[in-house]
Amino acid sequence: MFPFCFEWAWDMSHMVFMGGLWYALSIIGAGLTFAIVKSIMDMKSHDEKDHGHH
Amino acid sequence: MNETPLIPAGVKRCSKWQFSLWMGAVTAVLIWGIYAMFLIWYKGLNQTNMNDAYGFALWIWADLAVIALGGGAFFSGFLTYIIGKDDLKNIINFAVIIGFICYSSALLILAIDIGQPLRGWFIFWHANVHSMLTEVAFCLSCYFAVLTIEFIPLILENPRLAKKPFLHHLSHNMHGVMAVFAATGVFLSFFHQGSLGGVAGVLYGRPFAYREHVFIWPWTFFLFTWSAAACGPCFTILVTWMTEKITRKKLVKQEVIWLFAKISGWMIITYITAKTIDTLYWALVTAPSKGFTLMDFYSSPTYNIGLLFIEIVLCGFVPGLILITRRGRENSFFLMSAVILAVIGVSLNRWVMVLQVMAVPLFSFNDWYTYMPSWQEVATTVLPVAYGLIVISLAYRYLPVFPQEQELNPID
Repeated sequence: MFPFCFEWAWDMSHMVFMGGLWYALSIIGAGLTFAIVKSIMDMKSHDEKDHGHH
Repeated sequence: MNETPLIPAGVKRCSKWQFSLWMGAVTAVLIWGIYAMFLIWYKGLNQTNMNDAYGFALWIWADLAVIALGGGAFFSGFLTYIIGKDDLKNIINFAVIIGFICYSSALLILAIDIGQPLRGWFIFWHANVHSMLTEVAFCLSCYFAVLTIEFIPLILENPRLAKKPFLHHLSHNMHGVMAVFAATGVFLSFFHQGSLGGVAGVLYGRPFAYREHVFIWPWTFFLFTWSAAACGPCFTILVTWMTEKITRKKLVKQEVIWLFAKISGWMIITYITAKTIDTLYWALVTAPSKGFTLMDFYSSPTYNIGLLFIEIVLCGFVPGLILITRRGRENSFFLMSAVILAVIGVSLNRWVMVLQVMAVPLFSFNDWYTYMPSWQEVATTVLPVAYGLIVISLAYRYLPVFPQEQELNPID
């Protein structure tokens, strides 16, 4: 899974398999991070607007 | 304590005691399955009737079948978010829930099948990069994560959760990037559905399963993905219909069902045509080149030539032709018959590609190998069904699963 695992080899099979896995995990992670960060920002801006009205 | 705020506004649900009674009955079945699961984990795989011939058995069939039937989730996501079939937004929530149940069930069954679930992570950490099943494990796990992410916004739409500002925004923002997740889901599904078919197709020493290939991918790779995309929507339609019958409500407009059925029908027809060509080539060229005739593989009373007819004609061409014709799919009886036949067809295909492959004699002096699952195997295979019923019941009761429900069932 990682180059520091003892059975790792820098061959095509490892690069294709693990590259594909990390590529998919990166997209999923990036999408999820974007949604969470944007929600925090949206919530803060919403709070600020509420305070502005008072 | 008032339960009302937990239930979405504008819809009617059964009383608490009716719901509890139903859940109690399903939970009893679930407990039976859990008991069998713990027996297997505690005492080992000797609790099963698997043997030297059947290293893959009932569980792997169930695994492949639920993964194929759960294909409605990735295919409806592809049609909705990538092709732009907006009408399917009215059924995609339910397709995602069904997909979530199917894939979590598949992972649960695998956790039982590997015997030592605590070592399940070995497949990631010490990956065998020459195995198609490693790729299946990667894609299956990642796609389950995608389905969970697709399910979360719906859960956050529960009235009580939606009151929390952060969760409300999170649900909205997750919807905003759903196309990315849907596209990732299609990519992952293409590969794991395909590789499950590839596992059988590359078995050089088993001519019943072996198929010709493009690069490293045998034709079964493409046929498995194709059949899941074709028959998965039928399972979604079937479960929607069952939910409507149980709740005695119309939950999705018929036009949406017809559209989904029509697309599924064309996918089935094209798939079964490709499957027929593949079977003919295998029967006339591949198998004879290995020294076998077609009937060598259908000489058992159980595995006879009738199975091939049922899979290709009765559960392939028949439902496909019904669903592509307007008259066929707009007639309730024919629609549901076609949908049921397609679901049986894809499940039978997985049975043949797992269990018949194991049953065919490997030596000239052997008879057909037989196998009958133990009660523990049956109970652990029924377990996901009970689990699925519980998830669907909870989702239907507490979440706005069907956007058209209010319009179709106005409360006076």
